[in-house]
Amino acid sequence: MIWLEKRPQPSRFFAYVTPLLAVLATFLFGGLLFAALGKDPVQSIVTIFWEPLFGEFAFYYRPQLLIKGAPLVLIAIGLSLGFKAGIWNIGAEGQYIMGALFGAGMGLAFYPAESVLIFPAMVLAGAFGGWIWAMIPALLKVRFGTNEILVSLMLVYVAEQFLASMSLGLLKNPEGFGFPGSRNLQQYDSAHNAEIIAGSGMHWGVVAALIAVIFAYVLLARHRLGFAVRVTGEAPRAARFAGVNPSRLILFCLGTSGMLAGLAGLFEVAGPAGQVSIDFNVGYGFTAIIVAFLGRLHPVGIVLAGLLMALTYIGGDIAQSQLGLPAAAIQVFQGMLLFFLLALDLFTNYRLRFGRAETV
Amino acid sequence: MKLTTLLASAAVALGLAGGAYADGHEKTKVGFVFVGPIGDGGWTYEHNKGRLAVEEALGDAVETVYVENVAEGPDSERVMTQMALDGADLIFTTSFGYMDPTINIAKKFPDVKFEHATGYKRADNVSTYSARFYEGRAIQGHIAGKMTKSNIIGYIGSYPIPEVIRGINSAFIHAQKVNPDVEFRIVWAYTWFDPAKEADAAKVLIEQGADVVLQHTDSTAPQAAAQEAGNVVTFGQASDMGQYAPFPRVSSIIDDWAPYYIARTKAVMDGTWESTDTWDGIGPGMVGIGEISDAVPADVKEEALAMKAAIADGSYHPFTGPLKKQDGSDWLADGEVADDGTLAGMNFYVEGLTGEIPQ
Repeated sequence: MIWLEKRPQPSRFFAYVTPLLAVLATFLFGGLLFAALGKDPVQSIVTIFWEPLFGEFAFYYRPQLLIKGAPLVLIAIGLSLGFKAGIWNIGAEGQYIMGALFGAGMGLAFYPAESVLIFPAMVLAGAFGGWIWAMIPALLKVRFGTNEILVSLMLVYVAEQFLASMSLGLLKNPEGFGFPGSRNLQQYDSAHNAEIIAGSGMHWGVVAALIAVIFAYVLLARHRLGFAVRVTGEAPRAARFAGVNPSRLILFCLGTSGMLAGLAGLFEVAGPAGQVSIDFNVGYGFTAIIVAFLGRLHPVGIVLAGLLMALTYIGGDIAQSQLGLPAAAIQVFQGMLLFFLLALDLFTNYRLRFGRAETV
Repeated sequence: MKLTTLLASAAVALGLAGGAYADGHEKTKVGFVFVGPIGDGGWTYEHNKGRLAVEEALGDAVETVYVENVAEGPDSERVMTQMALDGADLIFTTSFGYMDPTINIAKKFPDVKFEHATGYKRADNVSTYSARFYEGRAIQGHIAGKMTKSNIIGYIGSYPIPEVIRGINSAFIHAQKVNPDVEFRIVWAYTWFDPAKEADAAKVLIEQGADVVLQHTDSTAPQAAAQEAGNVVTFGQASDMGQYAPFPRVSSIIDDWAPYYIARTKAVMDGTWESTDTWDGIGPGMVGIGEISDAVPADVKEEALAMKAAIADGSYHPFTGPLKKQDGSDWLADGEVADDGTLAGMNFYVEGLTGEIPQ
C-alpha cells in the first residue's frame, strides 16, 4: 500500500526540483499527446523548446521572448507579493486594460504635439490607471470585508467594456474610416515605447520588469514590509502580534500589483501592440497567475517562469505552422505544465510511504 | 484520370521549377493567419476551406501552412514574421485586427506578398480583399420579414463596425420592405467567436419575442439555441451550418474564398501578382447563398432567388434610394445607389431602426 506522510518541514529539495520534474512530466505526456495526434513527439517538443532559442531564426525569436515575457513577469511580480500574504488579486487583466487606457489616453490627449515629457506622463498615467482599478477591491475589502477574489475578477469584465467603449468612442482614430481602434502609437514618436536598441526586443517594459524583480527581491529579503508580507501569509495571527496592520498590507499588495499590471498594459499598448483596440487584452493578466505560481512566488523564479511561458507560446505557434499541430493541443500542453507543477507540489509537503500505515 | 492529374501536376511543377529555384525553394509556400479555431464552423472554417482548395487545385506546386487562434496585435506580427522567415511567398491575414501588423511586417519583407481581409490599408506588397456580405443580408432580410409572426427580429452583432452595421441596415431595409411592422432587436456580443456568449444573446432575443434570429458571429451556438426554442428561424453565418437545416436554419450566407485564394496564389506563381483592393459579392461568387430550405414558403423562396439573381447580374443594389438615415436626414434620393466609400465606412443606422450604435 502506498500512502502519503506529511513532512515535518517542507522539503527545500522538492521546492526547487518540482518545477523541473513538472517540465519533464509535461515533455513525456505532451509527447504522448502529440504522438496520438500523429506527429513526431520528439520533433514537436524540439520545435517548441529548441527552435525559438537555438534554431535558424533564433535571432528573431530571442528578442520576442522578452516582448512576450516582460508583461507576464511585470504582472506576476506584483501578484506574487499579494499571493505570499494571502491577498488574492485575480483581476490583473482588468488592471492591465485600465493601465493601457489611462496611458494611451494621456498620450493621445497630446497628439500631435511632440515632447520628451509625454512618454513619462503616460507611464505615470498607466501606473495610476492600474492602481486605481485595484484600489476598488482593496478599499471594499478593507471597509466592508468583501472578497477581493470576486471583486477583482468581476472588474475585469467591467474593464473590458470600458476598453470596447474607448475603442469605439472616445479614443477612436478620427482618421480610421469609422473602424474601431485608436491611432497607432507606434506612429507617434513621443508616445512610442520603441525598442531601446533596435531588434533587441528590449523596450521600456522589459526594463521596468527587471527593476520590479530587483525591487521585489530586496523588499522581500531585506525590508520590514517584505517581512510583513511573508509573515502574514505564513502565520496571520503571529503577524498581528508582530504589529502588522492588515488593512495597510491589503492596500499595499493590491495597489502594487495593480500598478505593475497597469504599467504592463501601458508599455504594451504604447509599444508592441501600438493601439487601443477591442481585442487589446490577450490574457496576460490571467497567465501571470500561472507564472507567479510556476515561479514559486519568488522574484527570480518568476523571471524564469515568465520566459518559459513565453517560450511555449512562441514555440507553440512555430509548431502549429511548421508541423500542423492544432492550437488546442498547444494549449493542453501549456495546461499540463501547470497541472503537473501543482500535482508534484504535493511532494514538497508530503512524502510517499510504501507498506502498511502504522497505527499509533 | 489519375494519370492525367499526375501528369498535369507534374507539368505545373516543372513549369514552375525554373522560377521557383531562383528564390531558393521549389514550392510556392502560402501562409494563413487565422483569428479563430479552424473548427469554428464559421469564419475561420471557411477560410481554411479556401486554404484546402488551394492545395487541391494546385497540388504539389504549393505548400500551405497555417496558425489558428492568433491574437490580434504583437502575436500576429510574430506569426507573420515566422511564416515569412520560413519562406512563405504569400500570406493571407484573415481578420480586421491584423491590419497594422500586416502593414508593419510587409515593410520588413518586401519580397513576400500579403493579403489582408476586410481592412483598408494597402502597400506595394499588401492587397486587401473582402466580400459584400450585405448582399446576402438583403436576401436574409427579405425572408426574415416574410417569416416573422411576432414582427420582432433579433440580431446578434459582433462589434459595431461598418461591416456589421452594413449588414444590419441591409437586412432591415429588406425586411421592412415586405413587412412594415417589423422591428429589429440588436444585441452586441463583442466577440466574433464565443459559443457561450452567442447562445446567451440568442436566448435573450428569443425571450424578448424574436422568432427570427440573425447572427453576425461565427459559431453555431445561436442555431442550437433556436433549435431548442423550437419555433425560431435562423440563418447560417459565414458557413452553411447545414446541420441545422431545414429548420431552424432556413438559409445561409456562405463565404467562398476558394476562387480568390487560388487566383491570388496562381498570380504569385506566374509573377503577375499586384496590390489590389477586391470587394466581391454574389456575382463573382465570393458570397454564396446556402440552399433555402422547405421551411420557407415556395413564393418567398422564389422572390428571394429572384433578388439573388438581380443582385448577381448587377440590376439591383441592396442600398438603393429613397433611403433616410435614422435621424430622419436624407441619405439616398429615389433610385440613387450608395457609393462604395460610404458603404465601407458606414457608421449610421437607416431610418426605422431603433437604438443607438454603441460608441
